[in-house]
Amino acid sequence: MERKPFAITLDPGSSLANHTGNWRTMRPVYRDHLPPCNHACPAGENVQGWLYYAEEGDYERAWRVLTNDNPFPAIHGRVCYHPCETACNRGQLDEAVGIHAVERFLGDYAIQQGWRIEPGPPSGKKVLIVGAGPSGLSAAFHLARFGHAVTIYEAGPKPGGMMRFGIPRYRLPREVLDAEVARVEAMGVTIHLNRRVEDLEADIKNGGFHATFLAIGAHLSKRVEIPGRDVGRILDALSFLKSVETGEPPKIGRRVAIYGGGNTAIDAARTAKRLGAEEAVIVYRRDREHMPAHDFEVEEALEEGVLTKWLRTIRQIDEGGTLTVEVMELDKQGYPRPTGRFETLEADSVILALGQEVDTRFLRKVPGIEISDDGVIQVDETMMTGRTGIFAGGDMVPAERTVTVATGHGKKAARHIDAYLRGVRYVKPPGNPLATFDRLNTWYYTDAPHIHQPYLDRVRRQTTFDEVVLGLDESTALLEARRCLSCGMCFECDNCYGMCPDNAIIKLGPGKKYRIDYDYCKGCGICAEECPCGAIEMEKEIR
Amino acid sequence: MHYQRVKYYQTGTFTVGNRLLDESNRTVQARMDRTNSLNSGHRACQGCGEALGARYAIDAAMRAVDNQLVAVNATGCLEVFSSPYPESAWQIPWLHSLFGNAPAVASGVAAALRAKGKDHIRVVGQGGDGATVDIGFGCLSGMFERNDDVLYICYDNEAYMNTGVQRSGSTPPRAWTNTTPAVGPSPGNPMGVGKNVPRIAMAHGIPYVATASVADLHDLEAKVFKAMGIHGARYIHIHVPCPLGWKSDPAHTIKVARMAIESGLFPLFEAEYGRVTDRTSIRRKVPVERYLELQGRFAHLFGDPPDTEAIRAIQAIADANIDMYGLLSEEGQRGT
Repeated sequence: MERKPFAITLDPGSSLANHTGNWRTMRPVYRDHLPPCNHACPAGENVQGWLYYAEEGDYERAWRVLTNDNPFPAIHGRVCYHPCETACNRGQLDEAVGIHAVERFLGDYAIQQGWRIEPGPPSGKKVLIVGAGPSGLSAAFHLARFGHAVTIYEAGPKPGGMMRFGIPRYRLPREVLDAEVARVEAMGVTIHLNRRVEDLEADIKNGGFHATFLAIGAHLSKRVEIPGRDVGRILDALSFLKSVETGEPPKIGRRVAIYGGGNTAIDAARTAKRLGAEEAVIVYRRDREHMPAHDFEVEEALEEGVLTKWLRTIRQIDEGGTLTVEVMELDKQGYPRPTGRFETLEADSVILALGQEVDTRFLRKVPGIEISDDGVIQVDETMMTGRTGIFAGGDMVPAERTVTVATGHGKKAARHIDAYLRGVRYVKPPGNPLATFDRLNTWYYTDAPHIHQPYLDRVRRQTTFDEVVLGLDESTALLEARRCLSCGMCFECDNCYGMCPDNAIIKLGPGKKYRIDYDYCKGCGICAEECPCGAIEMEKEIR
Repeated sequence: MHYQRVKYYQTGTFTVGNRLLDESNRTVQARMDRTNSLNSGHRACQGCGEALGARYAIDAAMRAVDNQLVAVNATGCLEVFSSPYPESAWQIPWLHSLFGNAPAVASGVAAALRAKGKDHIRVVGQGGDGATVDIGFGCLSGMFERNDDVLYICYDNEAYMNTGVQRSGSTPPRAWTNTTPAVGPSPGNPMGVGKNVPRIAMAHGIPYVATASVADLHDLEAKVFKAMGIHGARYIHIHVPCPLGWKSDPAHTIKVARMAIESGLFPLFEAEYGRVTDRTSIRRKVPVERYLELQGRFAHLFGDPPDTEAIRAIQAIADANIDMYGLLSEEGQRGT
């Protein structure tokens, strides 16, 4: 036995014998929270998840996480109204992260790099999709990844639906659209163009399809009765935009009035301007504040010289192009009401942009499919219509009509169709609690100003269909991605590991995060307090 | 001296680690192989700023000198909670003698190592403000004036906490302690008492003096590295909140220390041979109330009515620091 010094009777020991964890009344736990961007995304994108890899400059991995949910980042980075950015917590700090700009960069970069996505192992099941718009193509993509054989019947001459015939090319260049559609086709999805479905049941039977997804959109323009002798001068916005796309734009004259206040009205006005109209005037019965069109699009239109007449309704169209408009006023609820005062307005043509309806004629003879009074198809929570095995989504079902909502419907329907084909039910995994701004410790984020995308110069915007908003490059996309606060999701900043006075947090290595050593954690709560993104919660200790 | 402040990289150098930065821009504390010089199982209170500050400083010193380090500890919280017989939380050569003699013992250890031809082994002396500012002050001054090759680190929690919160020469004006109760016409520690040991250390003309805080780890580690790169007497004074004695929430230890920096009450600076050479600027200036209101020891200032005169006097101290050290200058900006 070793001789001990004077008056020492015990062997030296380590403090590790002293389990200070038993002091604890509160225990820290790592808990993921749902970032508000993810929560707001109609396509169900894991925005924080793909930004995480973009922050590292690992663009391929970012793109692959992104396309797990949405096959069309180059399209959405341009045309989505990005509710993610409205929800972004950074908006409360300085400005929201330019999520759409990074998404667009990833989409364009993927096209440039030629990245592809492989279909799943063949399931032996066949699915018919009616309509090659965002909803149908999104469903096709996800169903192909599940291994199902997908055939799309498309009534139009080219795929894309509203993305091609509704959204002008200055917002969505056609080579971008074509490239992202081609990637879905390369997964083995067959698209039959100019193939209108008249007899759905016969098509399903003849094709031997095990399930069907309807995604025909809403392509009929709503009309309004305006007394007028010169009806030849009246166009509907969708036909107008479509004719421009097919290369046969109608003569619209020098002065064009666009009637309506939605995004389609804005698109029609900006297109008219580009076709050479000296005056493109939007006539809308309410004011700018109450327009359904998105404010940034109104702003862009005004920049291009589009004129507006708020609080006006068209009452009559006379020969020679004189419009009689009535001045409206808004009541307390924001509804317009007539004032009895009238004005005149000169216009060589009038474009009606008053909304769209679904062409449900071919569905009326299909038993079980329920069509509501306002002409949309009723579906249950699995996107299935009243007819077993026939699902529907996009603009033809009750929902907000945007490309992103349609794309989200495609994914959701694909999951339920896949479950249906396998004879099970898809159950959405339970979500995490929302990562609200008050969970963040914003001290730790660097001040980083939002990087604005450049715009095409004004003259070219008024005379060409060149893309108006330009993209970020590799370095600016990186900086913008790094503005992400990673709300509610651990990004391994090591604050908990570094700031624990008791070394009670064990770092497991890059990508593996941390583990709490409850033998020594005293429950002081510094880790939770100093976690920048709010991914640690303090819970009552139960012994 | 400043470590490279990094912009844009999400959290830049504000967090302990950052996967987006080069290894060289991350802290020792972010490393999986850090020494954990002060190990788990020590008996410091929940949220102890001193335990944290000691691990920060000694882990950095260990890395700076390739683990060739001996620490000499004065009596105080740090010594008591880390070494109850027969356990030790220290994973480095560590010795303790008395409350008042740690700087002298450290000088002796350095002399002994030199005599044995082992002067590659470096010496750190450490203690709380009681041992440094009051009880061991004579020994410390001697260590300084002889320019002994020791880095002495003071973990300043602004009172004698181990013995039950009695005031020290470092207790701030108006703070409650058990010997400066919050009663009478001017409650708490009187105005105009106490001493500023970093300035006194500078007056010895020693090679290096710095202040640091547990709320700015990159800054603290950079200073320890710099100190270990110099021979002779060096002094680092680290601000370490004490939830027990300051009556603050244990979870707020870093936050309280941060507010001390951001209000200007605890200026971060460096000095060489008696002259201030650099300072760490305030990032987001706050009024002193943001610091004071987090601590129960100042609760009597926020009664009904609040003691606006005392708060104004404390603000004047912060403003004087800001002015004296140029804490609002762009230079030395703590990242942007």
